[in-house]
Amino acid sequence: MAPPPETVPESFQRIEESAEFRQLRSSFRNFAFPVTAGFVLWYLLYVLLSCYAPGFMSTKVAGNVNVALVLGLLQFVSTFAIAAWYARFADRQLDPRAAVIRGRADATLPAQSVDHTAVAEEAAE
Amino acid sequence: MTQLATSAGDHRTLIMSLFGVFVLATLGITLWAGRSTRDAADFYAGGRGFTGFQNGLAISGDYMSAASFLGITGAIALSGYDGFLYSIGFLVAWLVALLLVAEPLRNSGRYTMADVLAFRMRQRPVRTAAGISTIVVSIFYLLAQMVGAGSLVALLLGAQSDAAKRWTIVAVGALMVLYVVIGGMKGTTWVQIIKAVLLIAGAGLMTVLVLAKFHFNLSELLGSAAKASGSGDKFLQPGLKYGTNGTTKLNFLSLGIALVLGTAALPHILVRFYTVPTARTARKSVLWSIGIIGVFYLMTLALGFGAAALVGRTALAADKSGNTAAPLLAEHLGGGAGTTGGAVLLAVISAVAFATILAVVAGLTLASSSSFAHDLYANVIRRGKATEKEEVASAKLAAVAIGAVAILLSIFADKLNAAALVALAFAVAASANLPTLLYSLFWKRFNTTGAVASTYAGLITSVGLVVFSPVVSGNAKALVPGASFDWFPLENPGLISIPVGFLAGVIGTYLAREKADPAKYAELEVRSLTGLGAH
Repeated sequence: MAPPPETVPESFQRIEESAEFRQLRSSFRNFAFPVTAGFVLWYLLYVLLSCYAPGFMSTKVAGNVNVALVLGLLQFVSTFAIAAWYARFADRQLDPRAAVIRGRADATLPAQSVDHTAVAEEAAE
Repeated sequence: MTQLATSAGDHRTLIMSLFGVFVLATLGITLWAGRSTRDAADFYAGGRGFTGFQNGLAISGDYMSAASFLGITGAIALSGYDGFLYSIGFLVAWLVALLLVAEPLRNSGRYTMADVLAFRMRQRPVRTAAGISTIVVSIFYLLAQMVGAGSLVALLLGAQSDAAKRWTIVAVGALMVLYVVIGGMKGTTWVQIIKAVLLIAGAGLMTVLVLAKFHFNLSELLGSAAKASGSGDKFLQPGLKYGTNGTTKLNFLSLGIALVLGTAALPHILVRFYTVPTARTARKSVLWSIGIIGVFYLMTLALGFGAAALVGRTALAADKSGNTAAPLLAEHLGGGAGTTGGAVLLAVISAVAFATILAVVAGLTLASSSSFAHDLYANVIRRGKATEKEEVASAKLAAVAIGAVAILLSIFADKLNAAALVALAFAVAASANLPTLLYSLFWKRFNTTGAVASTYAGLITSVGLVVFSPVVSGNAKALVPGASFDWFPLENPGLISIPVGFLAGVIGTYLAREKADPAKYAELEVRSLTGLGAH
């Protein structure tokens, strides 16, 4: 638990500025941020329709099944679909890139220098 | 209700022995897990050796509380379609955890939520704020479970007296402290796994039995439920409960927002991500839990409408909270009141409900005592100079203290509505924890002042608005029915307090004299996305 050597933050900054890391970050953000905005809006649309458009939501589709129930079940479907989509995306786009960056850093950084903790830093303050 | 108590009373021995088997089995596992719990990583994170599937089950076990099983089934049975909206919010919320929180948290933290929040900030102020909000959220959640346990046990065992109820609460509290102190995270995780399997099996069995009665035809089930409810088609449409006027609609909107944003900021859920070895397994565990929880919430649809159709309005309405709908439905499906089949199924489902409460309570106690020990004791009080042994010992002491506080509060607050308490825990988490968590991970300029401002502003606004809401005063069902200081009309504060939390983080950040450290942000970003140097 010794305080980390001075060089460590610089190494992390070097990695952060590398092209590989920038690619990893933008592919993560370009997926996660718009998809989050999308499903939150889709969920809010559903909540708002339930609150303020009960007439439309009560339209019967088949037997006793109405639009509200169909839209509700579609929220389940979209949740499962987005989860599966992200799993595939992360497997193919994120994990290999992260592994490359990790492998390179492990080769250049001494082992104990990446193993420091916030607790150790506090003690050093 | 009396009818249920009487018929349950006849088979008290059966219910008690099934529950006894669960308690003995889980205590055995806890003792076994305790023997292999040596250092802090074992106690807080179960040795980080669980697989994605195991942790997925454990997360589901932690998440599907009494509020989900008894509460949602009851809400659908009484309010029809409006009750189903809970299920949807509780599930969609998991996408926030999957896409934005689970993996970065696993990569950059060690034991608690505050590890990530304080990563690039000054430790003491941020850990103090995060520790306090962790404990507040967990205690609200704990209260809901304990109050639910008290009334369920008193009801099912036919013991209606206050004394029996209090002793039940004390027993549940004492048992959960034992689980946590002896078994740590490893023992607690196995308890969650067993409970999740039991709950899914029990709910699955009931779902198949309900659907079989209606020839596996959803429309037929809905039709009978609507007819038996006495509300006709309105039972299947939105608005039966929340559509009365403008305030109830806003109340629903507020609840909906709190549900979808709360999950990814619940401390007892977040610490589960530390029990697996890598971010990839953390992702796998969320995927499993989305699958398990999704299927479970689809089953609540059949259970809720099934209870409405089969149990009948009079029996359901005897308990206004609806918490007895699931046990009543079990009794009906087994053959009805007075039959052996009915009693057996009722006993099985009630034992499952007890197991659910016990496991969730243990998970909450562990999360809050971990945060006390790791954030407040080790980093704030001892300024990082406590040894690992001292830290774990203080966590065990904290578990006993938090258990005692929860027991005391539950005894005095046993008239509070359990569902309102859970929704409140979600609102507090979404207001105080989520803004700080997201800004910390994704906003470079965010700094210590911003983190402290968003946590306290979210925490104080959400708890404060509840104090002045109809939950606490102004009507017969309130905590203080005699007084009326309910000037805030909404039961759930999320609509106001969540934006306040997010806004306070921005204002605090721009007003701060001390700038964010770009080197620390670089480190957090690299660690959180690549897993470099993860524990």
